[in-house]
Amino acid sequence: MSAVAVERSRPRRGVLASTWAFVKRHVLTAYSILFFIYLLLPISVVVLFSFNNPVGNFNYTWQGFTWNNWRYWNGPPGIQSAIVLSLEIGLIASLVATALGTMIALALVRYNFRTRAATNILIFLPLSTPEIVLGASLLTLFLHMTFVPFGFWTILIAHVMFCISFAVVTVKARLIGFDRHLEEAAMDLGANELTTFRRVTLPLIAPAILAAFLLCFAISIDDFVVTYFNAGNAVTFPVYVWGSARNGAPAQVNVIGTAIFVIAVTLVLANVLLQRRREKQG
Amino acid sequence: MIWLTIFFVVPLGFLAYQSLESGNVDFGYAFTWAWGNYWTAIRDYRPQFVRSLEYAGMATVIALVVSYPVAYWIAFRGGRWKNLLLLFIVAPFFVTYLIRTLAWETILADHGFVVRTLINLHILAPGGRLLATGTAVVAGIIYNFLPFMALPLYVSLEQVDPRLIEAAEDLYANKIRAFLRVTLPLSLPGVVAGTLLTFIPAAGDFINAQLLGGPENHMIGNVIQSKFLAASDYPSAAAMSFILMAGILAFVAVYAFVVGTEELTGSAV
Repeated sequence: MSAVAVERSRPRRGVLASTWAFVKRHVLTAYSILFFIYLLLPISVVVLFSFNNPVGNFNYTWQGFTWNNWRYWNGPPGIQSAIVLSLEIGLIASLVATALGTMIALALVRYNFRTRAATNILIFLPLSTPEIVLGASLLTLFLHMTFVPFGFWTILIAHVMFCISFAVVTVKARLIGFDRHLEEAAMDLGANELTTFRRVTLPLIAPAILAAFLLCFAISIDDFVVTYFNAGNAVTFPVYVWGSARNGAPAQVNVIGTAIFVIAVTLVLANVLLQRRREKQG
Repeated sequence: MIWLTIFFVVPLGFLAYQSLESGNVDFGYAFTWAWGNYWTAIRDYRPQFVRSLEYAGMATVIALVVSYPVAYWIAFRGGRWKNLLLLFIVAPFFVTYLIRTLAWETILADHGFVVRTLINLHILAPGGRLLATGTAVVAGIIYNFLPFMALPLYVSLEQVDPRLIEAAEDLYANKIRAFLRVTLPLSLPGVVAGTLLTFIPAAGDFINAQLLGGPENHMIGNVIQSKFLAASDYPSAAAMSFILMAGILAFVAVYAFVVGTEELTGSAV
């Protein structure tokens, strides 16, 4: 009897109480939506202002729609060479850093050597140091190594340096969950070390290596602080943006920013879709 | 082959890092144990040091408070959309750091929408500005490092077993109590990781202060940068970098100590 009574009394709650319940239920959702709007606001500004038709130098107020910034994306002098330099350094630095990082990760997980703890700390240090300190210390180093002129090589060395840590961390995570028996099985079947590595180990850690490479590339392309300290007269894309920001960045900067954003998001979405498909098949 | 490369590469990595470390200690022109550099740096640039820690600390706390509910929401209510929502969280990373900050400059610009609204609402005095204020700098820092905070929070909240919360409620804890006693302590590793990942880069940042702030909002990063690249005053700039490092390390140590003891007392109760 009493249970029925409770059931009946429920719909009779006051309007106030039900509104309160509704608010309580959805306040977190509403807040999260506001949060996402806040996160995406500057991005939409970047995209929007890539279509702006600015009068004069400053691209701060909306003047009118135009395709011209996209059509003449390499209009402002220096922007194209800056992008090319960024891409070159990004590619080479991530290749080198991923190769070295993979080997360090292998060594750290596989072998017990005396300096392992120290190496772990060394890998962690650049990740926990403010960029400005990294940039500054590399600058002092290069100032003493006068045989390396500031420019391409110093930027490259710097980028390899801070990318290695990210590569090691990424590959290591995969290696820890790695089944060593597979390698032993290959050896039992008569494969030598090299063949085992090439045919068994490498394919298994390949996704992590690819992830490390992409991560390194993204970080390298985006890096400003360390690059700025060690660039000399060389201009990468972020350095270009910094320089042009002083007297009003051209709208083309937003064009490139939008393009990078679209490419990155497309890659991530493609990866997600690919994984879904694979899961369905497997 | 693996052996060879490994033992060739590891020392190489060592060398690279070690040279980095010692490159820092060098006092430039001639090595003279010039400890004076440190004292002059602290004496002359104390406001900037203090401001860096202040801004970074404020930004970290606000970022934590702002992103915790969202991380909670994604972890427990995200359902199928979790991955997409996470993509939204890291979306700012896909836009170059400098361009992001420039976008904030546009948003907060003197004749922009935000400033006008705030003036109309009488929150801001007529003719007031947002650019070149500490508020703008802290806001920029918060935005730029928000994903560093939200992601670790999400990861740790995601690992919390909802059954534990249900159990707490079965044991007559109300929602708030269950949250304070179960969810919050279990997400503490994420809180620690997030605050460190936000605080460390924020303390050394100079881009937000440069683009969104005025000279009176300059942080120690700005001083280091201009000393190095404009004034070529390497010794004092190197000393300042070291003080910044030491300051951050001290802060992290104190923080770890406090959190550690809190966790201890928390489990004892």
